[in-house]
Amino acid sequence: MRAAFGVFLAVATAVALAFLVLPVVAIFVQVPPSDLLHALGKDVTRDALVVSLKTSAIAHAAVLVFGTPAAWLLARKRFPGRGLVLALVELPLVLPPAVAGIALLATFGRAGLLGDELNALGIQIPFTQTAVVLAVAFVESPFYLRGAIAAFEAVDTSLLDAARTLGASPARVFARVGLPLAAGGLGAASALALARGLGEFGATIIFAGSLQGVTQTLPLAIYAQFEADFDTALAISALFILVGALLLVALKLYPWFRFISISRSRFAPST
Amino acid sequence: MVPLHLDFSLPLRAFDVALALDVGAETFALVGPSGAGKTSVLRAVAGLARPARGRIACAADVWFDSERGVDVRPEDRSVGYVFQEYALFPHLTVEQNVTFGGGRGDRLLWRLRIEHLAKTKPGELSGGERQRVAIARALARGPRVLLLDEPMAALDPHTRGAVRAELHDLLRELALPALLVTHDFEDAAALADRVGVLADGKLRQVGTPADLLGAPADPFVARLAGANVLSGVAARTASGLTGVLLDAGPTIFAADPGSGRTDVVVYPWDVSLAHEAPDDSALNHVRDEIVSLTPLGNRARVRLKLLTAEVTTASLERLRLQPGDQVVASFKATQARLLSRT
Repeated sequence: MRAAFGVFLAVATAVALAFLVLPVVAIFVQVPPSDLLHALGKDVTRDALVVSLKTSAIAHAAVLVFGTPAAWLLARKRFPGRGLVLALVELPLVLPPAVAGIALLATFGRAGLLGDELNALGIQIPFTQTAVVLAVAFVESPFYLRGAIAAFEAVDTSLLDAARTLGASPARVFARVGLPLAAGGLGAASALALARGLGEFGATIIFAGSLQGVTQTLPLAIYAQFEADFDTALAISALFILVGALLLVALKLYPWFRFISISRSRFAPST
Repeated sequence: MVPLHLDFSLPLRAFDVALALDVGAETFALVGPSGAGKTSVLRAVAGLARPARGRIACAADVWFDSERGVDVRPEDRSVGYVFQEYALFPHLTVEQNVTFGGGRGDRLLWRLRIEHLAKTKPGELSGGERQRVAIARALARGPRVLLLDEPMAALDPHTRGAVRAELHDLLRELALPALLVTHDFEDAAALADRVGVLADGKLRQVGTPADLLGAPADPFVARLAGANVLSGVAARTASGLTGVLLDAGPTIFAADPGSGRTDVVVYPWDVSLAHEAPDDSALNHVRDEIVSLTPLGNRARVRLKLLTAEVTTASLERLRLQPGDQVVASFKATQARLLSRT
């Protein structure tokens, strides 16, 4: 009986692993590396790469600049309705991306919630690169906020109190104690959010469309190419897998880097 | 002008911490069981907790006054706070910890004999070293009040004695108003000029350690000071002494007057042990069984069924005492203090 269960566990694990790994392997087996490199040199790929990098960089910077202080406040302050706010922050996580796209249109579209105000200012957002940035920021921010709140909550409160009694203003407590001690968690949350933002598809195609060189990001380019030129779609997919693998490796290595820095200081000459 | 004046009420979940206290250039220990509100007092002085009402002043500077709407921020109060478990910044070196609030750390690192650890991170320090870093950090900005929360709790028993003596000397040398919180009466008695016993947020008794040992206000204070508290009924005897028929059986003689329901306070270090009742001047000889033996350095705590005695390990070895042995516990009538219940 015990042996049978062991076999069952092994088989289940093998099936799960094969199911997850096989499609990834398939991408690299289908096309030789030289063809992949050639496909990456095509205009459509290069344009999509530029749009993706630009919009992701801007969106991610905005998420970090606004999200980090917001996460600090939500992690440290206790106020009525905090639970509700935390739930709202995570709501986009459980929404289908298509719903996010519709929601953004309903907010920033010509007939949307802020449509009149934006029209008055002569600003048009849907189907522009700004729309891509907004869509990416919208879907990736909950990933960052969630991780950043958890990272800040893990910082020992007595350290923050100690900093206050040592004359540090709240801003200095944040910069000198909160931020450095949460850095590991913030980095992990940032990497996860960045990966999610780069892969954004549903909200972008609805809110920003798929115009090559303007709003067509890498995932949208895969969708646009997969019938016309399957090799290009494969090449971009391969690129994603490499970037994703690099991010994961960096995340896994992070504690190891910390270990090195600690053990090095142990042997540092004391003066 | 009193260096530190406290008179406030701070609501906690289960009770209010309410106390009025003036601390001069002395070490004042707040002693009480965990959950008595001791740390909350320190937090209120530091500005980390906000009292519902009252006043906290350091000499002429008012730090908190509910009537005048004064509540100075923690970073603007001149307080050196040694936190429980020390709360050292783990990402900074010893030197960076000490100079976090500004200034130079050289002299303090030297004074606390941690200059060789300047470039070390707190994670690699021993308990005693951490305590010294925490004290150096608390002193770095030249505070006018020193707050110490269980400074001895994170130390192992071996280093405790030496560290306590060092801290005692340092506190004398600083001559700052120092408010120290501890659950251990021995630490309080060794470090403080005056002791306040705190229970459920209220001060039960304030006095020198000798005052509290000699005349505890109630059984709670007596137990906290380490005494045996035995309940019984007192009556005057023909010899002029008071006889107390203990609930547990034996009768105890005491020199203090008393009648009715009474608590008898006997300190473990006043109780001597023997195999047979000795022919001596002590009036109280109680036959009892040894329950357990706990060594405390060169002494040992011997728990009997009725009371606890403290004897030297040398005596323990000479008498070859073992758990389960029948012994006679002796103490004088003058060493049995009576607390009459009113």
